[in-house]
Amino acid sequence: MPESFIELLPELWVAIGQTFTMLGIGLSAAVFIGGPLGVLLFLLSPGQSLAHKPSYLVLSWIVNTVRSFPFIILMVALVPFTRLVAGTSIGPLAAAVPLSVAAIPYLARLVEQTLREVPRGVIEAAHAMGASEWQIVWRVLVLEARSGLILALTVLAVSFLSYSAIAGVVGGGGIGDLAIRYGYYRFETDIMLVTVALLIVIVQIIQFGGNAIAHRLDKR
Amino acid sequence: MSIHSSTPDSSPIIELESVRKAYTLPDGQGFDAVHPISLSIARGDVFGLIGTSGAGKSTLLRLINLLEQPDAGSVKVAGRDLTALGRRALREARQNIGMIFQQFNLLQNATVYDNVAFPLRIHGHHSRAEIDARVRECLALVGLSDKSASYPARLSGGQKQRVAIARALAPRPDVLLCDEPTSALDSETTRSLLQTLRDINRDLGVTIVIVTHELAVVDQLCSHVAVLEHGRLIEQFAIDAPAESRRSALGRELAELVAERQWREARLAAAAEVVPIRSPGAVAPAAVSPIHTAKVSYA
Repeated sequence: MPESFIELLPELWVAIGQTFTMLGIGLSAAVFIGGPLGVLLFLLSPGQSLAHKPSYLVLSWIVNTVRSFPFIILMVALVPFTRLVAGTSIGPLAAAVPLSVAAIPYLARLVEQTLREVPRGVIEAAHAMGASEWQIVWRVLVLEARSGLILALTVLAVSFLSYSAIAGVVGGGGIGDLAIRYGYYRFETDIMLVTVALLIVIVQIIQFGGNAIAHRLDKR
Repeated sequence: MSIHSSTPDSSPIIELESVRKAYTLPDGQGFDAVHPISLSIARGDVFGLIGTSGAGKSTLLRLINLLEQPDAGSVKVAGRDLTALGRRALREARQNIGMIFQQFNLLQNATVYDNVAFPLRIHGHHSRAEIDARVRECLALVGLSDKSASYPARLSGGQKQRVAIARALAPRPDVLLCDEPTSALDSETTRSLLQTLRDINRDLGVTIVIVTHELAVVDQLCSHVAVLEHGRLIEQFAIDAPAESRRSALGRELAELVAERQWREARLAAAAEVVPIRSPGAVAPAAVSPIHTAKVSYA
């Protein structure tokens, strides 16, 4: 094992880099597009300040539909779109496209649910003080739900670490790709063990970090 | 000294004209929370809205700052018809109407200071120094200057409600709406909070409208009262007006409470005059002191 492992080390570094590239792009898309979408879902939902049933139902339906695709199917189905956006359908950048598409509605739903935990009365008090919707989003909802939002992002990161491993199957690169090429196709069980161990460590770090930040931010 | 020392002048600051509010219940049926009600509240008054639960008193209070949009009628505060305002103008107008709630509704992830600064920050035209000065002023007013860096979770219920009062007063409103402000507090805390509200009314001239189901609170705080039943305004009276004409059970009950208090006060006044003569320099009679200390205590 030692020889093969040391031989593989450079490739392992590259794989780790690719995994984090995919995660980084996917999570960024989720935060910058899925986050606002989640806020919008929340505000449009019945009983909230922008309550609008038709819009809410349409948006909700879209979110559900994208979320109902098994990730591997979504990846394949999106190949033409991926080519259009990334210029290619293989490699970590290409894999980041379906990852983003899957992560956006995922986080949107998590954000919507997290915002429901903010007591109605607090939002109402802000309205009574003359706050605008925009101010309520930033100064009330995000502030009050911030530790929940961090935990939502943590859940998303852990899920998408394993999604990014699936992306390896279709040539997305990354740690999962390594596991499949060496561990599965070549029966190099030790490589398989190393990659799995690596994924376990990364998941633990993400979860620990997420919990720690959430705890610090929570003053309730 | 009378407890109701504020003398409201005659010009109304709040004028509700035939406001009506109905809800659609989950089963599709309509429910009239507030039948057309007209009500005017004088500047500087302390006005109580009482009624059994479900009588529509909270809805009526929330119609004053348009947290509930009336289905019909108009709501005028300080001469401005709020129902005619656009969203932006309404937000501006709401600065003039502070509100406190039963559950305090403070931002849990913001310090006491930031909570009080909130209404000033959302209306951008205050400098940092102005905000700082005003926040400190308001915290001093409710006796919480030393808590400015605390988070609400570290405060007692009474302290949270004081923060809420400081927050409501920060934009210097003419009106303070109170929605069951003492219902989550114990009786000792309630007493001291009522004293704070009285001081605010007397010293700042803020008109107070309070919804409560506790008649003792009305007795100790209000100058005028409206009784609501099933969304209708049953009667309206000055708290120390003669009790004979009361039509509602709550009105009569309140009259008894007021009479009891007046009798107690009269007795205390008499005792206070007698005591020094009978036993100069001695301890106050035991029969008087517990009630007396309870009345004036202000934590």
